[in-house]
Order: sequence, then structure tokens, then C-alpha cells
Amino acid sequence: MITRRNFNRLAAVAASSIAMPSVLAGRAFGQDTPIRFGASISLTGALSGTKNGQIGYELWRDDVNASGGLLGRQVELVLLDDQSSASNIPAIYSALADVEKCDVLFGPYGASLTAPVMPFIKQRDLFMIGMFPLAANEKARHDKFFHSAAWGPNSGTDWARGFFDLAKSVGVKRVAILANDLEFSKNAAVGGAKVAEEYSMEIVFNQSYPPNTSDFSSILRNISAANPDAVFVGSYPADSTAIIHGIREIGLPDSVQIFGGAMIGPQYGSLLSSLGPELNGVVNSHLFAPEPTMQTPEIKKFFDRYVPIAEKQGVDPLGYYVPPFYYVAGQLAAAAITGAGSLDQAAMAAWLHGNTVETIVGPAAFNDIGDWTKRRVLMVQIQNVKGNDLAQFREPGHQVILDPPELKSGEFIHPYNKARAS
Amino acid sequence: MTRDSKIFLIAAVAVLLAGLLAPHVLKNPFYFFAGYVILQYVVIATGWNILGGYAGYINFGAAGFFGAGAYASAFLFNTFGIPLLGGLVAACLIGALLGVLMGYLTLRIQGVYFAIATLGLVIILETIIHNIPALGGARGIVVYGPPPPAWAAGPSQYMFFLMLLIAVASVSLARWMQISWVGRGLRAVRASENAAECSGVPTLRLKLLACAASGAVLAAAGAPYPFYTSFVEPVTVFSLLIGLNAIAMPLIGGTRTWLGPVIGALLMASTQQIATITISSELNILFVGIVLIAFVALAPNGILGLVARRSRETPR
Amino acid sequence: MTTLDILLNVLVSGVLFGSIYAVVALGLAITFGILHIPNIAHPALVIMGGYFVVQANRLGIDPLIAAALGIIPFYLLGMLLYTFYANSFERRGRAEVLQSLTLFFGLSLVIEIFLVLLFGSELQSVSAPYIGTSLKFGQIAIPGRLLVPALLGPVTIGLLWLYFKYTNSGTAIRAVAHDERALSIAGLDPAAVKRRAFGLATATAVIGGTALVLIGPIDPFGGRFQIGRVFAIVVLAGMGSIPGTLVVAIMLGIAESLVSSYLNPAWSPGVAFAILLAALALRPQGLFGAAR
Repeated sequence: MITRRNFNRLAAVAASSIAMPSVLAGRAFGQDTPIRFGASISLTGALSGTKNGQIGYELWRDDVNASGGLLGRQVELVLLDDQSSASNIPAIYSALADVEKCDVLFGPYGASLTAPVMPFIKQRDLFMIGMFPLAANEKARHDKFFHSAAWGPNSGTDWARGFFDLAKSVGVKRVAILANDLEFSKNAAVGGAKVAEEYSMEIVFNQSYPPNTSDFSSILRNISAANPDAVFVGSYPADSTAIIHGIREIGLPDSVQIFGGAMIGPQYGSLLSSLGPELNGVVNSHLFAPEPTMQTPEIKKFFDRYVPIAEKQGVDPLGYYVPPFYYVAGQLAAAAITGAGSLDQAAMAAWLHGNTVETIVGPAAFNDIGDWTKRRVLMVQIQNVKGNDLAQFREPGHQVILDPPELKSGEFIHPYNKARAS
Repeated sequence: MTRDSKIFLIAAVAVLLAGLLAPHVLKNPFYFFAGYVILQYVVIATGWNILGGYAGYINFGAAGFFGAGAYASAFLFNTFGIPLLGGLVAACLIGALLGVLMGYLTLRIQGVYFAIATLGLVIILETIIHNIPALGGARGIVVYGPPPPAWAAGPSQYMFFLMLLIAVASVSLARWMQISWVGRGLRAVRASENAAECSGVPTLRLKLLACAASGAVLAAAGAPYPFYTSFVEPVTVFSLLIGLNAIAMPLIGGTRTWLGPVIGALLMASTQQIATITISSELNILFVGIVLIAFVALAPNGILGLVARRSRETPR
Repeated sequence: MTTLDILLNVLVSGVLFGSIYAVVALGLAITFGILHIPNIAHPALVIMGGYFVVQANRLGIDPLIAAALGIIPFYLLGMLLYTFYANSFERRGRAEVLQSLTLFFGLSLVIEIFLVLLFGSELQSVSAPYIGTSLKFGQIAIPGRLLVPALLGPVTIGLLWLYFKYTNSGTAIRAVAHDERALSIAGLDPAAVKRRAFGLATATAVIGGTALVLIGPIDPFGGRFQIGRVFAIVVLAGMGSIPGTLVVAIMLGIAESLVSSYLNPAWSPGVAFAILLAALALRPQGLFGAAR
């Protein structure tokens, strides 16, 4: 584990880079040195809720090393903390590439932190696995960038399309859109509005609210007054809680068939158990749910090992949203290295473009800008939750997959008020 | 030209030349990425000190000016294709304009009230950005700048040199303001505004000038930012951390002269850069907090104050 | 639901939030308004108070009782802070605004990191029987998680007002704001009086923290979002006017609620400051303060 480096290394690199040309000071060759994987993670700041991804990386590293490493070499992680701030990213990735001499890079979490890395990897022509950024590569169109998350192609607008497919299936005509004034929620809201228009639904309410809003009663009353059939919400954990509280206090009209969409929070154990039955009926996006249609021995084995570590570290005890895809990132890079037979970035990218990789979350294949060829964002309805016991969320039947159809694991209960009461 | 000014001029030219030659000596691009951030803070600290140090008006809103500069250059480039240099000029103008508006506030409010009003400036600007779709709102704007000119060794080296130019220009401006009639007037304002007014110092004009210069420099620090990170969003450019560093760095270096903020920024920003890749960032912030408290409590006039006291105490 | 019902609901939630803002701002009304110490660490202390309540709640203690238990330790903490502040500044002579602001800025960073290191950066919440219930009057619904903290406002402010008005030590605190020398002539130590006042202000932080954590989950950095608003309230109220704090806070709450309901919630963060800037420009002594 090398999250905390010492000054000596920096000093040594400073000395060596002055003393000799960069070509000679460059990557260490040889069979005995470990392959270095570099990544920035958000240990602190607004995105620190994603820091449990680190466990995914570490489990992957342990597995690879236990099975003899890659190309006969051991694997080593170099993790730096970006404090959730985009302004730290350029220097951090330069440090990973130029100071730490990493052989393979993983991206930082999310779109706003990934945007600063894209010109860097494009200019250096580096291979990188991106971690959860929506539509990160649509402008740069870098051919060595791959997503670990199954957002699918055209993810800027399409990733939440499942919500609107469900809405359409129950005859929704009038949509209300509510979003937090933060990057992910606003992107979700803009994409959602586009899909709603495409399905010729009328947008009867479209507002955003400032982060740290703790009371939604007046907003919910305004939504009710607009009489929508569907409410699409992009929110962060604290406001997700406040919105659910607000619905309990104020209610929503019976006309609402489907509620949720892009709420961050109901994927995490702490929020699921603190809100418990109040979440019943919410239809929300997810990337993994412990339903029979998704459960495999591999992913079960992953969570069996993840849970004790997470409980010890005090991070999300369920870990369905972020950690498996950090493991997947490692698997993708490993497959590319093994497939290419070297650390040559172009060969790795070419191999990944040409082959399907079996990961713990299922097979992954990529299009020309590194999106998964098939969107596999789940729309999950929370059902039959009783009490605040966390263990029930590890069982099937509480986070029922409604979309995509091939993973469907239960029936869509609607309207929302009926589903809430169930 | 005095002897000091000649030395300053020679030093400024030497620094610029060193900046031009650096890419040929230092091959590792990381130093230029990190160096850019450090120089950015030199500019911010210098800009803040023109108003805060010389005139004693505490501006909590440095991030507001920085963000305005960043958004100005990002918007002009993305919408009209105006290159960074044009964006820089526009940012300075906007910064100066905001500064003058803030200067008129000083007519009515002083001391802590002024400090709080400037805090409000950041929040109001951030709210405005959130509500203007053309500026991307909370989603931010992605900026793909042009490749660096051929003479530069690479994008990070080019951005570094550009920031070095801005830094040298800002420090020169700050130094000129300090040693000229402006600085004398501002010191009078700082000591006692009423007394200064009574003895014929044109206090309002001086304050407006200081506010405009300070605002322009702070906004100039933000103008290249979109090209450095390729991405601008309200949360990062209006970050409290910028406002905090803008105050802390001059305070640690010493607020009375142009050199104080430079020393403070070089020390603190490089420590923070090293800390980012060595220790956890919680400890990084804790460090800033403790250093602030320690300096305020033990060395209220900063490092330069300590040095001056030491040299006074040592018998010659 | 009629337009009138909606308006009434908007006003009610404005009043509720206003009262809550008042409890959060109260400590600052004492330190900044009366003692002229710009304690921008107060919101961080409020969050720390919230964490105290969260921890007590984990042991099964009701948040309101936890708040009462927290008053003494926070009072002592406040006295300690003042002693440090006075040792750093007042003994050396005039405390400069820049330096005291910076000191408290540093302090708030230290408090935040202290909370992160002890409890992590995740959201923390409390449970209590009145969270989740709501009172209904016709079309107006008042949730318990807002009503209870909103009642803390007027109650705390009422008690403080009685204390300042009718007790000797309360009068001494008011006197220290006006004329320190007269106080020492009367045989009282101004430093001791100020220390008590600062302790009192810090004790209100635990009540403010209770109010915040009852509304919804908090994290270590939540105080940052309050800094602007609480200063706006204290300045607008007119430095040191305790009842004025409540009135202004409620006005601000209503203004924010109106903007968020009838204009767009996205504009509401600017409301407090827009009002503050306008007020500072037009009436710098505040709405309830005497002319300077």
C-alpha cells in the first residue's frame, strides 16, 4: 500500500530528473519489479462517499498477486487523494505518471474529476480505465479510454433512459424534474428532459435546488400543484433523505406513477437502513442488486470479502454501487495487459477493443470510445422493506430490478402511492 | 530609478529567464504542474494583499474574483474562440469592475462588516453562475484549449510560463503600489481613515484604485485556470479554500510589503503540493489550520515581521 | 390546495426555518454583537454541538436532553477558547480584525478535521419520537423535525433575554460592550465577564447543533454553509440585539421560503446576502441597532 509516500522519493526523483535525460530515468524495465497501477481516489471532500472503491482495487491486487501476478510480475497500487477537487487532478496525474512512474492509470471518480485528465492522457496517448464518469470521452474521443461502469453508449442522455421506458409503459404523459445544483444531478436532469421530450412527454415542472437544502415541503407542494404522472429526481445523499422525509410529511398526488430516477443515497447501506420502509416504491438507478438475475458465485465471493473490511473501515457495509466496478477496472486492465502480452498502451487498447472480458459483474465489450456496447444501468424498485434492519437488503426481493428487461427480477408496482403503502 | 528598483528589475528578468530555461533543465513535467499551482497562489496572495495588506480591508471573497476570471476566459474561448490572452484581458477588466463595485461598498462599511459583505460576493456570484445555462450552471464547462505553441516544451511547461509572467507582472504592480504615493496613501487609510481624509488624502479614490488593482490581479489568477484543468465548475472555482489561502498566505509571509505574500505563498503552496502526494489531505487541512492559529497567536506580522524583529534585536 | 393554502404553508415554513436560523446565529449575536469578536468558528462549533448530540443519542438519550447535558461542557470549552483568544490578542493590545478573523478561521478548520478524524466524514443523524410525526392544521402541515428545533429558538432567546435583563451577571455582559472602564471601576474584572459571555455563546452552539441535526443529517463541513447566513442575521439585527436576532432570522426565513417557492429554489442561497448587502448600504447600524 503506497498511499502515503515519503519525501525521500520525491527528492530522489528531483535529483535524478535533473541529473539525467528523462529517457534513461524512465520506466524501470525488468522482470522482478512490480507493475505499478496509479489512481486518484477521493478520500476527503464531497466525493469521499466513494472512497470504498479503494477496497475494490485492493481485493483485485491481492487476487492477481495470489495467482502469480501479470506477465510474471507482481502488481502494486499507487493511490493519491484528490480531495474531490478538480483543481488537484492535473498535478496528481502528472505525479502518478512522471514521479511515481506508474505503468497503467485508473481515472478519478466521476465526470467533473475526469474531465481534467482527458487532455492529459490524450496528449500522452495513455491507456486509462475511467471510474464512473458519464459521457467523459465524447469530446476527447480518445481511443485508449475505457469505462469500468456499464453506462453504455451516449450515456449523457441515455443512462437513465430505463426510468422513462418504465414511465412510458404505464402511460406517463406529464413529467416533473427536480435536481440538486451539482454536476451529476444536473446532468441527469438535462439528459432526463431530453428523453422525456423524445417520448413526447410534457415537462410540467423543472427546477433545481441548492446543495444543502434541508426542507422540501414547498418544492413538493409546487410539484403536486403541477399534477405530474412521473417525478424524476437527481439528488445527493443528504437531500435524498430530506426529500423522502418531505414526501412522508406532505405526500405526492395519486397521479404519480413512478418516482425516483437518479437519487444518490438509496444505493448505500446507511441510507437504506436509516430510511427503511419509507423508501418503498422508489424506482432508482443502480449498477448492481442482489437479485437472482444478477447474482453469480464470483460477485458473491467479492462481497463476502468486501463486507468485513468495509465494516472495519466504517464505509458502506453493502458496497453494491462503487466497489465492484473498481475491481472490474483492475480486471479490464489485467485482461488488456495479458492479451497484449506487454505494457504497450496501444496494444492494450487494441486488445480491449477487440475482445470481450469476463468480469465479476458479467461480460464487458467496448465501442470505439470505450463505452460498454450495451447499457446496463438498472432501474430498481425498492419493495417490501420492513423495519430498519440492514441485512434484508442483502436478500433478493427488496431491490427489484425492473429494467433492463433481460435482468428483470420482479413486477413494477404503481402508482407510487400504492407502492409506498406496500 | 532607485537602487532597490534596479535590483528588483534585474531579479524579475532573471526569474522570467529562469522560467524560460527551466523546461530544458527539469525534464519531469510534474514540477510544472505543481509549479503552476504554486505560482497561481503567488498571484492570488499578491492580489489580495494590495487591498488587505496595504489598505487593511479584508476581502473574504478572493474566490469570487478568481471564479469570475476563470469563467470569463472559459466562456470567451468556448463561445467566441477568443484565445487565452484575450480572456486574460477580459478577466482583468471584469475583476477591476467587480473591485470598483466593492470599493464603493467601503464608503458605507468598514472592518468586519466589509469582510462579511465580501463573503457574500462569492455566494451571489456562485448563485448567478448556477442560474445561467450559457455558463453551464452546476454542470460546469469543458474547455479544450489549443495545443501549446511550438517553442514550449509541452502544455504544462507553457501554462507554467504563462502563470510566471502573470506572477511577475502582479508582483511588480504590487511593489509599485507599495512604494509609490498610492502605498503611502493606503497606509494612511489603514492607520486611520478619518485622519487620512482630514489631512487631504483622497481616500475614496485610493481605495477604489486598490480595489480595482486587487480585483484585476485576483481575476487574472483565475483566467488560465480553465486551460490548466480543462474544466470549470462553480464548486471548485468559488471554493472556500481559495479565499482561505488568499488570506493565510500574506498573513504568514507578512502583509506590510509586496515580498510577504510572495514568501507566504511559495512556502504554503509548495508545502500543500508536497502534502497532497505524501500525507492524507485531512492532515493537510489540519496543518493549514494549526499554522494559521500559530502565526496569528505568535507572529502576527508574519515571517518578515519575525525577521525584522530578529534583526532589530541583534546588536550590530 | 388553494393558492392561499400554499402561501400560508410557505409563510409557516419560513417562520420555522427563521427560528432555527436564530438559534444557530445566537452565539454569534453574543460574541460578535456584544463582545465584537468575529467568531467565524461559531458555525463549526454548532456542528460540533450536533455531533455531541448524535453521540449521546447513540446511547439512547433524547436529543433535547442531550442538548441540556451539553451546555456545561460547551460553556467550559467557550471559556477556554476565550482565554486563548485573550492571551493571544487582548493582552498584547488592540486585536486586529484580520488576525482575529484568521484565528477563528483556523479554529474552524481544526474543529472540522477533529470531527472527521473522530467520526469520519459520513452523514450523521439522530432518532427521536417526534421525528417523522407531523401536526396538521387544515391544509397546513408542520413536521415535528422542524417544529421542535423551531421552538428551541424562541425558548432559548427568551431565557437569554431574561438573563441579560434581570440578572447582575447578565447586566455586566451588556455593560462590557459599552464601557469596559466603567465596569472595572465598579469592581468587576472585564476579562472575567467577557469569558463568561463567550462561554455562554459557545453553550448556545450545542442547542443550535441540536436544531440542525433534528432537521436532517449533518456532516463535519456543514457549518461552512451557515457562515454567511448567521453573519447576515447578526449584522442585520443590529449588533447585540438578542430579540432582534429572532425577528430578523424569521424575516430572512420567510424571504428565502418565498423565493424558493415562487421564483426558483436555485436562487435562494443568494437571498440572505442580497438583503445583507442592500441593508449594509442603506442602514449599516442594522434594523434594531442604535445608530453608531
